[in-house]
Amino acid sequence: MDINTLRGISTIVVMITFIAICLWTYSSKRKSKFDDASNLPFNDEEIANRTTSNTENKDHE
Amino acid sequence: MSTVNNQTTYNYKVVRQFAIMTVVWGIVGMAVGVLIASQLVWPELNFNTPWLSFGRIRPLHTNAVIFAFGGSALFATSLYVVQRTCQTRLLSDSLASFVFWGWQLVIVLAAITLPMGFTSSKEYAELEWPIDILITIVWVGYAILFFGTIMKRKTPHIYVANWFFGAFIITIAVLHIVNNLEIPVTLWKSYSIYPGTIDAMVQWWYGHNAVGFFLTAGFLGIMYYFVPKQAERPVYSYRLSIVHFWALITLYVWAGSHHLHYSTLPDWAQSAGMVMSLILLAPSWGGMINGMMTLSGAWHKLRTDPILRFLVVSLSFYGMSTFEGPMMAIKTVNALSHNTDWTVGHVHSGALGWVAMVSIGAIYHLIPKLYGIKEMYSTALINVHFWLATIGTVLYIVAMWVNGIMQGLMWRAINEDGTLTYSFVESLEASHMGYLVRAIGGAIFLTGMFIMAYNLWMTVRLKEAQALDNVPQTA
Repeated sequence: MDINTLRGISTIVVMITFIAICLWTYSSKRKSKFDDASNLPFNDEEIANRTTSNTENKDHE
Repeated sequence: MSTVNNQTTYNYKVVRQFAIMTVVWGIVGMAVGVLIASQLVWPELNFNTPWLSFGRIRPLHTNAVIFAFGGSALFATSLYVVQRTCQTRLLSDSLASFVFWGWQLVIVLAAITLPMGFTSSKEYAELEWPIDILITIVWVGYAILFFGTIMKRKTPHIYVANWFFGAFIITIAVLHIVNNLEIPVTLWKSYSIYPGTIDAMVQWWYGHNAVGFFLTAGFLGIMYYFVPKQAERPVYSYRLSIVHFWALITLYVWAGSHHLHYSTLPDWAQSAGMVMSLILLAPSWGGMINGMMTLSGAWHKLRTDPILRFLVVSLSFYGMSTFEGPMMAIKTVNALSHNTDWTVGHVHSGALGWVAMVSIGAIYHLIPKLYGIKEMYSTALINVHFWLATIGTVLYIVAMWVNGIMQGLMWRAINEDGTLTYSFVESLEASHMGYLVRAIGGAIFLTGMFIMAYNLWMTVRLKEAQALDNVPQTA
């Protein structure tokens, strides 16, 4: 096979992959899942508070 | 919030260590930068000492700001974010300590060997082979620590910031090993296994991805956690962040050959690098817009919150330098800009404006959280720091733009008979004022870092004072 055919095919494969990623990401099925994920930075205050209060006790034992 | 992990605490010790060293190494690296910038204005400042000569301490500056300052910021933030978004403690506390002390050892060894003149001569990979091996060992430890923590996560989803940190860790491992394949001849001298042009291509494949993955993907990880956190609202579009991630990491690895325009590199490889660099504008700006739009509805916070201002202005500089970069990768533009100060200006618009500002913003956000107090000792001083950093960066890059375009035009000017209009030294003389402005801009930026160090010191003392108040009298 001519190397240039391979190059052409690889371009198309990458393009299809990109379109597939976009379709996968923007499908309405995954909307709620991604909404949950985007809230992950706000869901762990309890552990963070426990960590800093524990350190305080440890520092002054 | 699940009830399963009701005893979980985070390892903040390693995050504190790296956060503080970010500021320390930032001051050291930028001070060396101000020194070499001043040497270009007053050459006597090398004091006729080989150890202080420009050629030896310029790599010290670049290594210190990229790997010591930027590296510490990345370790601190990635190890913090991975714990908090996975709601689990780091895989191993002792491995975390190993990564911290190992990385500090690498930095100290770099600070000793580079001024002594030991170098493999590869830009941003100057360190000699024994240090390269040490870096590899520490990096593998870091990868195990990071991915091990992700594997024991308590959340169903891996938050997008961790994807960027993960890509950064894996790609830097690959780049570091491939570019540093070398044959040692003595303890402190080795030669690359690649010949001629191939060596140059491997070097700039590495060099540009040091920018793309160390200085971009990693710091985008910072952006995706700390901008939403500081603005107190989730990222503008989580879906866009996923497309942003895959597009960015797929494209960046192909752009390196734009460093070798009009060289002995085959022409098609130069053009491929140029085209890939141009396409890179799309994911870069997609990410920038995603970060900026996170503030929609919260823009008023910028009036009162200098930390958020640091983060948002860093995104503006990111947008600006990711527009400038593709433009400079166009071969005809590059014919003017290559080897001039324009390149230096471009790098610093990214390094000071984007990387340093987003790190500084993240550290200001982190320090109170790590010490369990509400806010930094002085918000007014953060604001002062913000303006010093912004003014310093703008002075720096404007001086380099003016110098760079002037140099490019002077070097290509020809008389009617085909001879060069200007000698090189004439362009150097004309650059003097720009070098002075650049040194002043850098010094202003450095002043801001000293203010940060003072603020940080006072915050930690505040914490200790509070803790003492809380200790019962009988203790």
